[in-house]
Amino acid sequence: MEGLSAFLDMGGYGQFVWPAYGVVCVVLVGLMIESRRSLKSAEAALAALKPGDEEIGP
Amino acid sequence: MMFHRFANPTRFLRFAAVVQPWIAWITVILFSLGLYLGLVASPADYQQGETVRMMYVHVPSAWMALFCYTGLAAACAVALIWKHPLAELAAKATAPIGASFTFLALVTGSLWGKPMWGAWWVWDARLTSMLVLLFLYLGYMALNNAFDDPGRGAKSSSILALAGFVNVPIIKFSVDWWNTLHQPASVVKMGGPAIHGPILAPLLVMSVAFTTYYLWVLLIRIRREVTANKVRALQMRQATRGEQ
Repeated sequence: MEGLSAFLDMGGYGQFVWPAYGVVCVVLVGLMIESRRSLKSAEAALAALKPGDEEIGP
Repeated sequence: MMFHRFANPTRFLRFAAVVQPWIAWITVILFSLGLYLGLVASPADYQQGETVRMMYVHVPSAWMALFCYTGLAAACAVALIWKHPLAELAAKATAPIGASFTFLALVTGSLWGKPMWGAWWVWDARLTSMLVLLFLYLGYMALNNAFDDPGRGAKSSSILALAGFVNVPIIKFSVDWWNTLHQPASVVKMGGPAIHGPILAPLLVMSVAFTTYYLWVLLIRIRREVTANKVRALQMRQATRGEQ
């Protein structure tokens, strides 16, 4: 347990180190989720428009 | 005409379907390794102590912010000169990713600046030019969406992105040209990196992880733009059919 609290304390700089890693994690994961959702909704819109109209693609 | 317009993007979609799972796995593995090396296996710096660990997310973010803007400007140039449809979509897809990296570089830099410099923010050349980069990204995105005609939006925003490219060398050399609190380049410099191996390794692994993450999200966002274009084309076709 002592090792863990020392790890979290980061030599007294934990209050700066962990928020930095936290914000990176939140932004990168958030951007990934937003991008995937946006792709899914575009694909749903395409499928809903005309399922048989695929010849426009390839 | 339609066939020609979608020829390249369709080939791209096929390519993306094959490559994307590989990039996803590589990104996850590299981030796991980079976080382990950066937070657990690497020593604290003899001057900066544990705060050196912030470098492993701050420096890759800042590198990617510049890398994405260079890619954005190149894609905009190709789109303007050769009217390549995929370049336009790639530029549009890159901007939010680059803006996110710029935001992260600014926030992590601020969190690093407080304990090391005693201030969250200083109006110095490196920090100010990075803030300008964020506004360039946001301006590009706003202008791209500002027109009813997507073609006009793409053209105007491409010109803005190209004009803004002058900021990239300013950021790179700001630490040499002006007196600044920010430290100069220590990895990419004459005579090799001035960083000790155990600290350099997590930095390089995290940088590659950030790069593959960028490629992963870029693929998803270009696929989104290609699909959205198809939807728009279909809607227009149905609308003209309805008028007849």
